[in-house]
Amino acid sequence: MSAEVNPLTVVTRRSRRRKRAGIVMEALATAAAILAIVVLAIVVISVARKGLPAINADFFTKNPAPVFQTGGGIKNAIVGTLIMTGMATLISVPVGVLIAIFNTEFAPPRVAEGMRIALNVLAGVPTIVIGIFIFGLLVVGHGQSAIAASLGLSIVMVPLIARATEEVLLLVPVTLREGGMALGATRARTVITVILPTAVGGIVTATIVAVARGAGETAPLLFTSSIFANSVVTDVHQAMASIPLTIFVDSESPSVADQQTAWAAALVLMAGVLIMGVIGRALSLRTRRQIERAR
Amino acid sequence: MSTSAETDFALPRRARLHIGDLALRGIAGAAALTVMIVLILIAYKVTQEAWDAISTFGLGFLTSSEWNAVTNQYGARDLIWGTAVTSFFALLFAVPISIAIGLFLSELAPRRLRGPVGALVELLAAIPSVVLGLWGILVMGPFLEAHVEPFLIDHFGWIPLFSGTPSNVGLLPACLVLTIMIVPIVSSICRELFDSVPSDLKAGSLALGSTRWEMMRGVAIPQVSGGIVAAVILGLARAMGEAIAVSLTIGGTARTGWSLFGSADTIASRIANQYQGAATHLQQSSIAYLATILLVLSLGANLSAALIVRRIRRRMGAG
Repeated sequence: MSAEVNPLTVVTRRSRRRKRAGIVMEALATAAAILAIVVLAIVVISVARKGLPAINADFFTKNPAPVFQTGGGIKNAIVGTLIMTGMATLISVPVGVLIAIFNTEFAPPRVAEGMRIALNVLAGVPTIVIGIFIFGLLVVGHGQSAIAASLGLSIVMVPLIARATEEVLLLVPVTLREGGMALGATRARTVITVILPTAVGGIVTATIVAVARGAGETAPLLFTSSIFANSVVTDVHQAMASIPLTIFVDSESPSVADQQTAWAAALVLMAGVLIMGVIGRALSLRTRRQIERAR
Repeated sequence: MSTSAETDFALPRRARLHIGDLALRGIAGAAALTVMIVLILIAYKVTQEAWDAISTFGLGFLTSSEWNAVTNQYGARDLIWGTAVTSFFALLFAVPISIAIGLFLSELAPRRLRGPVGALVELLAAIPSVVLGLWGILVMGPFLEAHVEPFLIDHFGWIPLFSGTPSNVGLLPACLVLTIMIVPIVSSICRELFDSVPSDLKAGSLALGSTRWEMMRGVAIPQVSGGIVAAVILGLARAMGEAIAVSLTIGGTARTGWSLFGSADTIASRIANQYQGAATHLQQSSIAYLATILLVLSLGANLSAALIVRRIRRRMGAG
């Protein structure tokens, strides 16, 4: 019996074990991704199933019913969330975009690096601490107000908008900048007429993502806009109801009707936030493609 | 890497500036300065609110478990314990899952699936924490109480972690909700890290006869291990700072003990629950003290993550 075996085709026990380990680990990695998607599905489906029965026209058009009465809706919370998120957006979009412009157009590399770290640190401040900060700064002595709450939300949103906008501004091709300068435009004019219009899709995406985040934040509102009337408030110097706080308060209630309201409010909030998330993502893919084509 | 890309097409910085340029630079610089001012103001204001508690209790605040509005004595030991346990277990669950998802999205998934699967995982991060908390207390909590916790107690009750009685609120639901919140963040960073590993390194490893898993374990993961550490630190910061979802699911009774079942409390959740309704000035100040601790922890975490990332960039720039 000759031992003429091709050493390259020998399937040793060791190589089989290596292959099997590979298959097992790849299966585990795949399972992890599936697990994340399954959890997303479970949360979305259970919120939809529990929330849908309570959703009707009244839910959007009526204020909460007085204690011990049934019916009513969360009109005041919806209006409050729209106004407060809207004000926070009006503050944080210009500030965020200007920071990005400063970082990409004016700041020396070291300063820009420092700014980036500062933005990351600000984004990392726990939102509940932001709530305490705004409370001490604006609520003590003045009372709760929608303005205070919006400022709290904008502290959450500014770093998101600034970082994402900076990324898009850096994608704008250098040829466009040089073109603007070559035509004799000042740097400011180049920024306003060439760079920002090219990057506008990315800025819109950043804004949508930040609005989705801000609309769902509870902690910055907890001490700044939590004692509110059961009716629609439009005076920004007063506290306003909001969807996240309605969910937070009602979910801890022993009353089934309150829990029902919490589920329905959660469904409204989640649907809004997820739709914004999907739109934001689609837009960002389109912008990237457009800018790459311009290169 | 991105800094060098930026300087590549930056215009000469000493070019003469016109009035319009100066104005834009002034406004943009002011916006940037605002970030610094807000950061300093946050630190100043929160410490100021906490000052009475800091001067009354000093560092003993960290080791005392007393939290009594009647005797007006406050200490954070049980809350620090709650934060440590919830964050530790959330990371213990989340980190392997996140690395696995990162590897799947970067190395294993068919190209057509990478976009959609990555997007779905990131959507998980978009769910507001209050919605996760609501789901945690009304759906997951009761499920754990009825099915999972009795099983663990019956079979592994001799381990201190699994002793106690089933409950719909407590450390375990809080850990799991935090896990759900951290996974999308850490996994999307991991995916970017694995994508950044030069493909000739990966190909070289495969060409030497490694299986795909050996390539990941031997080349991809070690190559970006620093980045993974930074990602884990960011996940930790997120877990420590989350107040809303935790306060809904954890119960709110501070305690120090090994059992994962039953009510407990964390630093962030205590702030959410008691700041507004504080009975005395000293209690309110003590809660601001808690916020100061949280602020220091989050600053430390974010700065060390930034340092790690900078060192990696330097090394890659040098190599």
